[in-house]
Amino acid sequence: MTLNRGRRILAGAMTLVAAAALAACGSKTTDGNTAAGVTADVSGDTVKVGLLNSLSGTMAISEVTVRDAIMLAIEEINAAGGVLDKKIEPVGEDGASDWPTFAEKAEKLIREDRVAAVFGCWTSASRKAVKPVFEKNKALLFYPVQYEGLEQSPYIFYTGATTNQQIVPGLDYLKAQGATSLYLVGSDYVFPRTANKIIKAYAEANGMTVLGEDYAPLGSTEFGTITNKVKSAGADAVFNTLNGDSNVAFFKEYKSAGLTAAAMPVVSVSIAEEEVKSIGTQYLEGQLTAWNYYQTTPGAANEKFVAAYKAKYGADKPTSDPMEAAYVSVYLWKAMVEKAGTFDVEKVRGASDGITFEAPEGLVTVDGATQHIAKTARVGKVGADGLITEVWNSGQPITPDPYLKSYPWAGGLS
Amino acid sequence: MTTVARDPVAAADPAPAPPTRPAAGPSRHRYRAAAGFALGAALLFAVAPLLLSDFRLSLLAKYLCVAMVAVGIGLAWGRGGMLTLGQGVFFGLGGYAMAMHLKLADAGPGNMPDFMTLYGQLDELPLWWRPFASPWFALPATVLLPMAVAFVLGSLVFRRRVRGAYFAILSQALAAAMVILLIGQQGTTGGTNGLTDIRGFFGYDLNDPVNQRMVYFIIAGTLLALLALTRHLMQSRYGELLVAVRDSEERVRFLGYDPATVKVVAYVVAAGMAGLAGALFVPAVGIISPALIGIVPSIEFVIGVAVGGRATLLGPVLGAVAVAWARTALSERFPGTWTYLQGLLFVVVVAFLPGGLASLIGLVRRRDRERPDGEPGPGRWQRLRRRREVTS
Repeated sequence: MTLNRGRRILAGAMTLVAAAALAACGSKTTDGNTAAGVTADVSGDTVKVGLLNSLSGTMAISEVTVRDAIMLAIEEINAAGGVLDKKIEPVGEDGASDWPTFAEKAEKLIREDRVAAVFGCWTSASRKAVKPVFEKNKALLFYPVQYEGLEQSPYIFYTGATTNQQIVPGLDYLKAQGATSLYLVGSDYVFPRTANKIIKAYAEANGMTVLGEDYAPLGSTEFGTITNKVKSAGADAVFNTLNGDSNVAFFKEYKSAGLTAAAMPVVSVSIAEEEVKSIGTQYLEGQLTAWNYYQTTPGAANEKFVAAYKAKYGADKPTSDPMEAAYVSVYLWKAMVEKAGTFDVEKVRGASDGITFEAPEGLVTVDGATQHIAKTARVGKVGADGLITEVWNSGQPITPDPYLKSYPWAGGLS
Repeated sequence: MTTVARDPVAAADPAPAPPTRPAAGPSRHRYRAAAGFALGAALLFAVAPLLLSDFRLSLLAKYLCVAMVAVGIGLAWGRGGMLTLGQGVFFGLGGYAMAMHLKLADAGPGNMPDFMTLYGQLDELPLWWRPFASPWFALPATVLLPMAVAFVLGSLVFRRRVRGAYFAILSQALAAAMVILLIGQQGTTGGTNGLTDIRGFFGYDLNDPVNQRMVYFIIAGTLLALLALTRHLMQSRYGELLVAVRDSEERVRFLGYDPATVKVVAYVVAAGMAGLAGALFVPAVGIISPALIGIVPSIEFVIGVAVGGRATLLGPVLGAVAVAWARTALSERFPGTWTYLQGLLFVVVVAFLPGGLASLIGLVRRRDRERPDGEPGPGRWQRLRRRREVTS
C-alpha cells in the first residue's frame, strides 16, 4: 500500500537523522576540549564593558536609573583619561525583566563582545540566572543592588548591601525604638522570603514577636485583605519587602485603612527616592526606609555626584541607593584594574582586597574574601518633599557578612 | 513544477475522491517531503554548525526548543482548533522534571541541591524529589508527566464540550496556577529563581562547548523526528478527523465519531512535545524558572505559531524560530526600542499575511491539494463518512 511506503520513507529518514545525530556527538565528545575563559578584547585603545539592565518590562523603571548612573561614571572616567590609558566603551543589552534573557545577554556580552566586565542586574532571580554564565566564562559581574545574602560567587562583586548592612541594622533601629512586635509584608519571590526568614530568626533571638507574614505576587495591586490583617494584628511596626508597583497599592490601602506612620511605622527596604516619587509622597510621608545612601547624605563626594547626575539627566531626577552603588561599582573596578595593572580577570580579583573609594555614601572598602564592600547602614524618614532624611546611621562602615556567620541567632540560616 | 495537471477544482470535487487516499499525486508528495526533510537535516546538522559561533549555535538550540512547542501547538490549534494558551505548563513540567534530575546528579548521591539548604532549610530531600534521582524515572517523566496532565485535563474539558474562548481561558488559568504554585514552594522548587546553575548532563560537562554542540545536535534531531511524526499524524485518517472536528464538531459526532477523543489525542501529543522541548531546553540554556512557563511565555509560543502559519507543518517551526531570532537580533541592535519593533512586526504579519509566513510558500505552491490552513473540501466529509461505514 502507498501508505506503508510513505511510512517507510519517513522511518528511513528518521533513522538517518538519528544516526547522524549520534555520529556527530560521538566523534565530537572525544575531542576533550575544555571550557576556557574568554579573555577580554583590549587590543585597541578602548576597553569594552557590558551594561546589562532591563530596559523593557516591569523592572525597567528601576533599572534604567541604574544604567544612567553607570553611564555617568563611565563618562567621568573617560573624561579623566580612562582606565590604563584606554577609554571605556559601554555595550548595552536589554535584560527585558526576563531572567533567561539576562543569561543569554550575559553570554553574548562575554563571548561576542568580549567585554572586560559587566555592570548590572537588579532582581535576585536575574543574578541567579547569570551567575553560572559568569562562573563558566570566568568573567566579572558588578551587581549594584541590596540583596538577600547567602551568596558568594568568585566572579561577582556585590556593591549593594547584604543583609547585615541593611535589614539587620533596620531591625536594630526598630528594637532601639522599643518595637516588640512586627508584621511582615513582602512580594512573593526569593528576596522577601529569605529576608523574612532572617527577620524571624532575629525577632526570636531579640524578644520580638512576628504577628503575621503575608506575600503578594509580584505586580499585585490587591492589598485590601493584607492591610486589614495588618491593622487587626496591631503590630508596633511593619517590615515591608514589597517590590515595584505593589508598593503604590499597598501604601494607598494602608493610608485609607487609617494606619499612620506615627501609630504603626512601615520600614521599607526596596523604596528609594525614585520609588517615593512614583508612589506619591502623600502616602509615604513619615515612613521609614533602610538603605546605605540617600540623596541627602552629607559630604562633598555626594554633592558632586548629585550635581553631575542632575546636570546630565535633569534637575527633577533624584539619586538613589542602587544608582549610587552602580556608580561606585565602576570606580571600584577602575581602581582594581589599575592596582592589578591589567584587565585580566583573575589578577583584577586578586587586587580587589582593600580597595577603597571615597563614595557619595562615604568611604567604602572592598572585602576581598567575600567580594562584598563595607558600607555604612542608614535609616531614613520620607519627608514632605519626597526626599529621605537620615534619622540614624551605623556610625562606621559595617563589614559585609553575607552568610551572617558572626550572628549567633542566624546559626540555622545557612 | 507540476507537469501532471492537477486541477484544484477537481481535487475539491467530492465525486472523484478515491476510497483510501486523496487524489493528488501521492508519491510525489512523499518524495517532496523526504527531500524537504533531507534539506532541513542538512541545514541543521551541517550548515548551521559550520556557520555559527558556539554562542549563536546555543541560541539556535534554544529557538529549536521553542519550535518543538510550536509544532505541538500547530497540531492542537492549527489542525484541531484548540487555542491552547497554557503550553508553558507542559513545557515547565518537562523542564522541571529534567532539571530536578540534573540538579540531583550535580549534587551527587546523598546530597541535596544547593538552593534547598539555602532557602528551604530542609534536612532531607522531599519525598516527591526522590524518584527524579533516577534517569529511568526522570527521562520518561519529562514526556509522560505532561501527557498525563493533558490527558486528565483534556478528558474532563472536552467531554464536557468546553471549547473556543472558554478552553483558551482555562488553559491560561492553568499556567497562572502553576507559576503561583512553584513560587510559593520556594524551599523545594527554587521559587522565582527556578532551578539554575545546571552544570552536567548525564556525565557531560555542559560548560564544555563541545558538549553544548552535542546538546544542539540532540535538539535538532529531536525536532526533525517530531516533524516527521506530526506530518504522519496530519496525513493519516486521524489527521483528517482532527481537521473535521475543528471545522464542525457536531457533524463529526453525527458521523459516529467521538470528537472528544479526537481532541484529547491532539492535546496530549502537543503536551508531550512541549514537555520534551522543556526537557531539552534545560541542558541547552541551563535554567528553568517560573518566568519561562507562565502566561506571557505561553502566549509567546502561540504568537510564533500565528506568525508562521498555524495549520501547516513547517509554519509553526519557521514562525517560532523567526520570532525568537528577531527578538534576539532586534534587542541586540536596538536595546532601547526593540519591543516596539517586535510589536510592529506582529502587526504587519497579522495585517498583511493572516495565514502567517507559511502562506508565502502557499502563494507559490497554489496548486497543492490543500489550502495552507488544511481546509477540507467536501471530499473530506465524504471520505470520513465512507470510512466510518467501513470500520463500524
